[in-house]
Amino acid sequence: MAAPTTVDPTTLRSVLATDCGSTTTKAILIEKVDGAWRQTWRGEAPTTVEAPFEDVTRGVLNAAQEVAELSGRKLVKDDGSGVITPQQSPTEGVDVYISTSSAGGGLQLVVGGVVRSMSAESAQRAALGAGAIVMDAFATNDKRRPHEQIERVRQLRPDMILLAGGIDGGTRKHVVAQAEMLAAARPRTRLGGGFDLPIIFAGNQEVAEDMQRILGPISDLQIVPNVRPVMEREDLGPARDKIHDLFMEHVMAQAPGYGKLMAWADAPIMPTPGAVGLIMQTIARQRGINVLGVDIGGATTDVFSVFDGIFNRTVSANLGMSYSVSNVLAEAGLPAILRWVPFPIDEKQLRNRIGNKMIRPTTIPETLEELKIEQAIAREALRLAFIQHKEFAVALKGVQQERTIADAFRQVGQETLVQMMKLDLIVGSGGVLSHAPRRSQSMRMMMDAYAPEGVTELAVDSIFMMPHLGVLSTIHEEAATEVFEKDCLVWLGTCIAPIGECKPDREALRVQGTLPDGSALDERFSLGQLRLYPLERDEQIELQLTPLQNTLDLGEGPGKPITVKVRGGQVGLAIDLRGRPIVMPESPEQRVPLLQAWVEAMGEYGPGGQSRWTGGH
Amino acid sequence: MAAIFTPGLKVQDHTILQKDRRLPMRGEVAVKVGDTVRSDQVIARTELPGKVYPVNVANQLGVDPGQLMPYMLKKVGDRVEEGEIIARTPGFFGFFKAESKAIVTGTIESISIVTGQVIYQAMPVPVEVDAYINGTVVEVHEGEGCVVQAAATLVQGIFGLGGEVQAPLAMLATHPDQLIEESDIGPQHRGQILIGGSFVTIGALRRAVEHGVAGLVTGGFDYDEIKELLGYEVGVAITGGEKLGLSLIVTEGFGRIPMAPATFALLQKRAGRRASINGATQIRAGVIRPEVVVTYDDEAVPTEKVTPPEPKGLSIGDTVRGIRTPWFGRIGTVVSLPVEPVVLETESKARVMEVEFRDGADGQPERAMLPRSNVETIEREPASAPTAGVGR
Repeated sequence: MAAPTTVDPTTLRSVLATDCGSTTTKAILIEKVDGAWRQTWRGEAPTTVEAPFEDVTRGVLNAAQEVAELSGRKLVKDDGSGVITPQQSPTEGVDVYISTSSAGGGLQLVVGGVVRSMSAESAQRAALGAGAIVMDAFATNDKRRPHEQIERVRQLRPDMILLAGGIDGGTRKHVVAQAEMLAAARPRTRLGGGFDLPIIFAGNQEVAEDMQRILGPISDLQIVPNVRPVMEREDLGPARDKIHDLFMEHVMAQAPGYGKLMAWADAPIMPTPGAVGLIMQTIARQRGINVLGVDIGGATTDVFSVFDGIFNRTVSANLGMSYSVSNVLAEAGLPAILRWVPFPIDEKQLRNRIGNKMIRPTTIPETLEELKIEQAIAREALRLAFIQHKEFAVALKGVQQERTIADAFRQVGQETLVQMMKLDLIVGSGGVLSHAPRRSQSMRMMMDAYAPEGVTELAVDSIFMMPHLGVLSTIHEEAATEVFEKDCLVWLGTCIAPIGECKPDREALRVQGTLPDGSALDERFSLGQLRLYPLERDEQIELQLTPLQNTLDLGEGPGKPITVKVRGGQVGLAIDLRGRPIVMPESPEQRVPLLQAWVEAMGEYGPGGQSRWTGGH
Repeated sequence: MAAIFTPGLKVQDHTILQKDRRLPMRGEVAVKVGDTVRSDQVIARTELPGKVYPVNVANQLGVDPGQLMPYMLKKVGDRVEEGEIIARTPGFFGFFKAESKAIVTGTIESISIVTGQVIYQAMPVPVEVDAYINGTVVEVHEGEGCVVQAAATLVQGIFGLGGEVQAPLAMLATHPDQLIEESDIGPQHRGQILIGGSFVTIGALRRAVEHGVAGLVTGGFDYDEIKELLGYEVGVAITGGEKLGLSLIVTEGFGRIPMAPATFALLQKRAGRRASINGATQIRAGVIRPEVVVTYDDEAVPTEKVTPPEPKGLSIGDTVRGIRTPWFGRIGTVVSLPVEPVVLETESKARVMEVEFRDGADGQPERAMLPRSNVETIEREPASAPTAGVGR
């Protein structure tokens, strides 16, 4: 995406950023305070894309006005014609106004390629990385007959289509056949309005002329460099940038009020998940760590990962906590949800409660029992979206690899890039994680859903400002990362979780170290134990972790001891010997007391909290 | 903080209602502004393009795609009959001829000399859109459809299954908390839209389908019976295309919940009249609620399109419905709207309202503080200007 030319990062003093979500528009004020960048005020208002308002800028102005009232800084022009820029005085205007948007269903793409696990997958990765929802992915080997593919393209009304296929100089016939299929379907745009549907061709560059002849007359065809120019390498940048450009030119320009919004903004408006992906990559790069991020919303769950510098994003379009909550039930099954509910409950009643949340998506848990149910469902939504992410985040297929005899006999799928033992940080976002009444609830939801291995830090996005910071990073990376560290992330703590099968009746792990108060720690843990210790973010301690059974692995191999420096957070340090995967008894009589013990250990509900360094659960 | 409340479902005895009726793609509109239309009258029609079938003719003939054209007997745009020969090779001395026959009746859409594919397009499929309600055409969308306006009773439900149906309304329940069972339904209910009470069993619903009942309106229904009924779970509330045999409208939610007395009374009042109902539901951006519409056909309706007023916020005295446990399905009145957020049992902070429920345990009114997001207003009377419910 083209960088704005009007912004000079060296003179920047204040930024107003909005995210126009499908239900609410969230505005934050970012200011330079005593030489440091801080997020100072926030406001929100209902999004106004739909009737009766049909103008997104009304919601933006309402949210900005709330920030103005709270901060005492005048932000909205008197005639309501926009945000006051540049800053006139410390109490009037901001230097820059920026925005992201996912209103109106976000950016919806159909992708196509020749081979499903190769060019179609590269196209999918480019689309997801740009922040799009992939409605369908077509390939010659996707097990659908051509007329079925054509019918499907006709039914879908995407914002644009991304077509890949063939390495440069590779297959011509198959790529052209896909284009002929698309041309026969005569796809139409979602928003209509007499515009031709944008089709981006990012495949074998030698068939560009054929594409022009076949797709040119029925679409607004854009040809960009190949997403898979050679078998061994992807080049997703040009396709991703073109998606962003077309998002601005076509999708945004046609959505109600966006013409005005684009004129107000000092940087191109980004799709919300695209902006979140940007900030995740920035953090991973700057700290040199592997990061897993999640944004669990009402309708969808986005998962981001950066492992060894490779970024992947997936969207689980029908896993969410309100609109899609019944789909979590359908996909996970009732027993999977029930296994996290720490009290007995009637199954029919639980199904009806979940159904009622789907049809009344804006309601919130009022009783503790309702909260516990909602958090049980969240664990499954997070877990299922993570499984989808791991399946997608794999090394490039089709690349010749050296295989041993053992590999040839092992019938396994492609190994995922998401290696939990190598993961350094998990960042959670979305209402159920960011707004859980106690931070310990968020921490255990993520520990249960992701089952981190070895030593992993956990954090949540305090008030959902990652999208704002993502777009800010395109104009001022330093400001974005400073605010991310200081105001966006709420550090929960560290989880230590060894893996490997152990004998349950013997001690498994010895933990030794020096506590923040200077006293010595020496404790032994058995399989199944979960214990939490208070440790603040600014307290760092060194621990010696010694397996007491030679199958136990902390990352250095079975039976090998490790020494680690760990920091805490608002929750603390969790030592989790529940095993991987976390297996629970099927009978409620055994399961419920176990869950209650974990709840108590983490201090999640009711009286009580963290155990002390001596004793505990 | 911005005003947080859930816009309510409309339960209105008399409102000016508009229905936007559109074709799935451009076509011909058969009415003009000012026309009086009947609910079953066709207001617009078009033809959807027929299905498209690609066939690799070069492979069938055993020739190179680049050599295909000389063997084609038909060209792009030609009409073909199923089984008709469209391409043929001469063979050797009249032997070993290869042919390709049309697999559908339609037209040749394209012939590719790169892939050797011939794409057929089957005959177009005619589509018509009716007026759905009796009323007056107040706006025409050129080539797309029109807006029909009428004075009507409007009851919106929260969830539905099945599409549009027009039939007479008939009371099946005698009170709002009546349970409807299999034995309650018989052949006398054929072709009617039946009004139930708090709950309808799966057996009763199946019986209704057997007897050709057109629609069923109920307070509650079991969520897991939907899977029983459809064979799949409804994971996201986007419905309307189900082939159920009838349209189902749930007014309150899942479980056994008495129909709101105002809703029941209103449907009772209009029983015997012909109604238009639609089970289509979309609880996402661009929300669509299932509905029951009964028009006042003898009444003069404005021929100008009425502008819908902006939704009004919550006020003291409004009738509201609890929409989350532990108050789910109970109807009450707003008593106060405290400004400061309150800490709930969950330890979350939320803005609340004080509601007086008239149906307390021992018949006494009961007061409680509820999060504002856990109540829904019941929009009974139109705002100062006539309210217009804009449909699809």
